[in-house]
Amino acid sequence: MDEIQRQLIREIAGLHEVPQGAYNFRVNGQLDGRAVTENINIVTKEDKPGIDIIIKPGTKNESVHIPVVLSQTGLKESVYNDFFIGEDCDVTIVAGCGIHNGGDKASEHSGIHSFFVGKNSRVKYIEKHYGEGDGNGERIMNPTTHVELSEGAYLEMETVQIKGIDSTKRTTSAVINDNATFIVKEKIMTHGKQEASTDFSVELNGEGSSTDVISRSVAKDDSKQTFYARISGNNKCSGHSECDAIIMDRAVVRAIPELTAADVDASLIHEAAIGKIAGEQLIKLMTLGLTEQEAEDQIIKGFLK
Amino acid sequence: MLEFQNVSYNVSEDNSEKEIIKNINVKIDGRFTAITGPNGGGKSTMAKLIAGIIKPTSGRILFDGEDITDMSITDRARKGISYGFQQPVRFKGLTVNDLITMAAGRKIDITEACSYLSEVGLCAKDYIGREVNASLSGGELKRIEIAMVIARGTALSVFDEPEAGIDLWSFKSLIKVFENMYKKQGGSIVIITHQERILEIADRILVLNNGAIEKYGTREEIFPGLMKGDIACSALTKACDID
Repeated sequence: MDEIQRQLIREIAGLHEVPQGAYNFRVNGQLDGRAVTENINIVTKEDKPGIDIIIKPGTKNESVHIPVVLSQTGLKESVYNDFFIGEDCDVTIVAGCGIHNGGDKASEHSGIHSFFVGKNSRVKYIEKHYGEGDGNGERIMNPTTHVELSEGAYLEMETVQIKGIDSTKRTTSAVINDNATFIVKEKIMTHGKQEASTDFSVELNGEGSSTDVISRSVAKDDSKQTFYARISGNNKCSGHSECDAIIMDRAVVRAIPELTAADVDASLIHEAAIGKIAGEQLIKLMTLGLTEQEAEDQIIKGFLK
Repeated sequence: MLEFQNVSYNVSEDNSEKEIIKNINVKIDGRFTAITGPNGGGKSTMAKLIAGIIKPTSGRILFDGEDITDMSITDRARKGISYGFQQPVRFKGLTVNDLITMAAGRKIDITEACSYLSEVGLCAKDYIGREVNASLSGGELKRIEIAMVIARGTALSVFDEPEAGIDLWSFKSLIKVFENMYKKQGGSIVIITHQERILEIADRILVLNNGAIEKYGTREEIFPGLMKGDIACSALTKACDID
């Protein structure tokens, strides 16, 4: 791995050295390091690019890091990663993709991740997307995530895209069984002429299933964002989606929540709010001695924290 | 310290100009000045003029002899003017600690941030990490607002109706907060208030009515008259007489 690649890894996974536990580094389409543990196995797929991550039942307090970096301009790849998580686990999975494009051709990474979570398991899934590079080539990421939660399982997905991705289309689907819970916390900031579209659809099939899909975003300059959140309640369940966006400059933000209740005991709520930074927030911070620009930066930093 | 020279503030309403502040001339140089008077008398407008949130239509405002009339909110804050809002602002994502740190204007440790919260009667460990969002009650927000002003520790602290939204139980401790500020901090305090208990601890009282100064003097001179109700609206007084 060279310095640029190491820098990307630091940005997306916060890693300064080889992580503890299981990991799989993918650099410019090639395997660049892997470790497995007694409980977590990683196997290269044979029919298509990607890996299977198999976590034994009862695995607790372990983590898997699977960062991907692209530093070769013009590289386009689709990678299929499947996670098979046994029953009664408690694990953290850190994925993420960093693109450094110093050339003129578009670099594109599409990560297709599927999670099959066993009964009563808890999973924290963290995914960060980051782009950099001074070339004219676009940096494109299209992550697809599919989640299936067995009875009593819990998956919390934290997804962050703060900088440098020119175009992203993010699709997340989930099927939630009895007493299982799916939480999404999405944070997005777009600037320049960037476009970001996120599309969540959650099927609440089990009795006592629940979901909370929360998106916070900031759209600057001439960027465009679209947020779809579809929740279907097919049983006694509860679902909530929330899109909260700060709009600035000439940006465009669309929020399209959709709720379908197919059971009389389904309780579904959506909230969507788009607006500029409130004038009184700026004034308050200015009375503390901040300039208007500093106040704006602090408000955005807090909002996306 | 703070001087208003021929300050007027007008707003346009239905194609006509309405005078909110009418050619005020006053020097506020006491250590603890209370501004009081009927609702709509121009008190909050005066506070906003001091902080720079609005600019006078005419006249000059001086702070420690320097003309600050054209200065921005930021520059006035940096010169040493603090302003506690009547209705505190909520921020999604920013925590109490973030705001206290910004108020202090320098890196402070948790112990110091907590000391400002304790000052306003909040149990610091319960609040320091909380977001300043809709989950906090009006009274809690108000105390945090006051804690921010204390953390700034500036030459002049202006509070717009700090008692509004604070329950009766907490009110007693609020008085203590201002008494402590008065004792500990070297700066001057200006409080806009309707509360008799706050008027009682002020050095000087300014009565603002209908955009003009009706009375201004020491507490001993002004306070007894206020309690007799001779500044109350005449209609209100009549209503009381009928009862």
